[in-house]
Amino acid sequence: MSAVATPVETKPVHRPESRRVNHRRRDQIIKWMFMAPAILYVALFFGYPIVQNFLMSFQSYTAETFFTDEAPFIGFDNYVHAFNNPIFGQAMLNTGLFTAGSIAGQFVIGMAIALFFRRRFPLNGLLRSMLLLPWLIPLIVSSAVWQAMLQQEGGIINQFLGIFSIPAVPWLSSPDVALTAVILVNIWIGIPFNVAILYSGLQGIPDELYEAGELDGATGWRSFRYITWPLLRPVVSVVLLLGVVYTLKLLDVILGLTNGGPANSTQTLSTLSYQVSFVEFDFGQGAAFANILIAISLVFAAIYLYTNRRSAQ
Amino acid sequence: MYALTLRTRRSVGRWSNMTGGLILLAVLLFPVYWMVNLSLSPGGSTLTSELFPADPSLQGYKTAIADQGGNLVTSLLVALGSVALSLAVATPAAYAIAQFRLKGARILLLAVVVGQMIPGIVLANALYDAFNKLGLLNSILGLILANATAGVPFAVLIISAFMQAVPPGIIEAARVDGAGHVRAFLSVVLPVSTNALVTAGIFSFLFAWSDFLFALTLTTTERVRPITLGIYQYIGTQVTNWNSVMATAVLASIPAVILLVSAQKFIAAGATGGAIK
Repeated sequence: MSAVATPVETKPVHRPESRRVNHRRRDQIIKWMFMAPAILYVALFFGYPIVQNFLMSFQSYTAETFFTDEAPFIGFDNYVHAFNNPIFGQAMLNTGLFTAGSIAGQFVIGMAIALFFRRRFPLNGLLRSMLLLPWLIPLIVSSAVWQAMLQQEGGIINQFLGIFSIPAVPWLSSPDVALTAVILVNIWIGIPFNVAILYSGLQGIPDELYEAGELDGATGWRSFRYITWPLLRPVVSVVLLLGVVYTLKLLDVILGLTNGGPANSTQTLSTLSYQVSFVEFDFGQGAAFANILIAISLVFAAIYLYTNRRSAQ
Repeated sequence: MYALTLRTRRSVGRWSNMTGGLILLAVLLFPVYWMVNLSLSPGGSTLTSELFPADPSLQGYKTAIADQGGNLVTSLLVALGSVALSLAVATPAAYAIAQFRLKGARILLLAVVVGQMIPGIVLANALYDAFNKLGLLNSILGLILANATAGVPFAVLIISAFMQAVPPGIIEAARVDGAGHVRAFLSVVLPVSTNALVTAGIFSFLFAWSDFLFALTLTTTERVRPITLGIYQYIGTQVTNWNSVMATAVLASIPAVILLVSAQKFIAAGATGGAIK
């Protein structure tokens, strides 16, 4: 006798056709009602802002608009102004450097720490979860602490470097080093997230593979190169792509540390968009910058969705 | 003999690894320690270089609470409201995504994944104008609504991933017993999903508590001012008093510390669950 359960054939209940259709429709409506609040929220708080931002970027939307309620359409003027903004080129370059530098640092250090925690030792779990703390405290708090630590006079970092007779570095006040300082702080902030994800990815690689590899002489670097890395690839692409998307939109850290200065040396597309909209009250041009930012983010978001889907299959 | 030496070697390895782990943690958490150290230093414009607060002063905390106590309450209200809104909106949708075969469900899931990636400044740009017209600037409600833009997508993803693992059998059993979709959801699915709800709630709280962008753009007066904005304005004006700035920073970190200590399991689940499905 077959053990496979088959759906039991039930005798068709005689029911007026219209009642059955009504019942099905009611069922469908109830199912949709479960999603209705979320659909409404997503439409109002993601859909509307994206559309509105798009429209605003073609309008002259300034402080005046709030009094007169008039925002005349001006075609591509905002984009022309945005591209001609003397800070635009620098902001693009800074966005690239900030994102690439942060991601590279977070990933390499995060990977090293994740590999370290694969070893079995007492307190492993406790230490690993305490490591998450920098990720959980508000970014603006981290910015404030690092600002204190990076002060040229009396900051602990310069005092520490002073032990090795390194002269005080003007971390946040010199245009030459400010971007580096901001990147270093952001690396520190991103390490826990990278460790958490990479570690959980490493846990998915069965120990037997390493044991088998060891017999074939794959230890140390070789076992990383030929066992860990190929199997971790899907997780690595998730970490890197999500990291890029999150870093592109980051604003708190930069505003908290330098406000985009000195001399715009840490201005990125995000901070520039904020500044043009909310400091200069030129919402039209701010929206143009924000749209450029969306376009760049969506490229990486699309790659992320594509790889995520492919690795799920 | 050989086995014994191997065991000793292993145990030496274990302890030296643990020492390495402790040193690593000390280096990475040094800024957190330094924040506490500076918060206990006596006031004044010079930064302390004492490695330990030998003569701790609570002056920083007194100033911080006097200046920023109200802002802490504001942040707490905003964060709790955002948790409530995020869970109320996300949980039923997550159930629909996980268990109903609806065309709209996949689209909604894609929308929240992409929504999570939309830069906050885009939302702030548009919401400022809308909130201005609706009178929601400088209001707790406005900040709750805006901050749920982080909580809702995260909660939908975490909870729907969890609810996918709920065996359809137990839902069908309830349905056969005559429970409607709503009853089955409330009395069968919700009770078995508390872990996912707690994880989503904790992260919605932390997102809203840490929010800086909406605090910065959607408030213009001192009437409603979250603690993150309070710190930002402190850094701008109060760098002469590092102890009170750092004391405020410590106070703003308390929820993260409490949650990390008391809800470790959920934090760990949320840390990885948001990224990998």
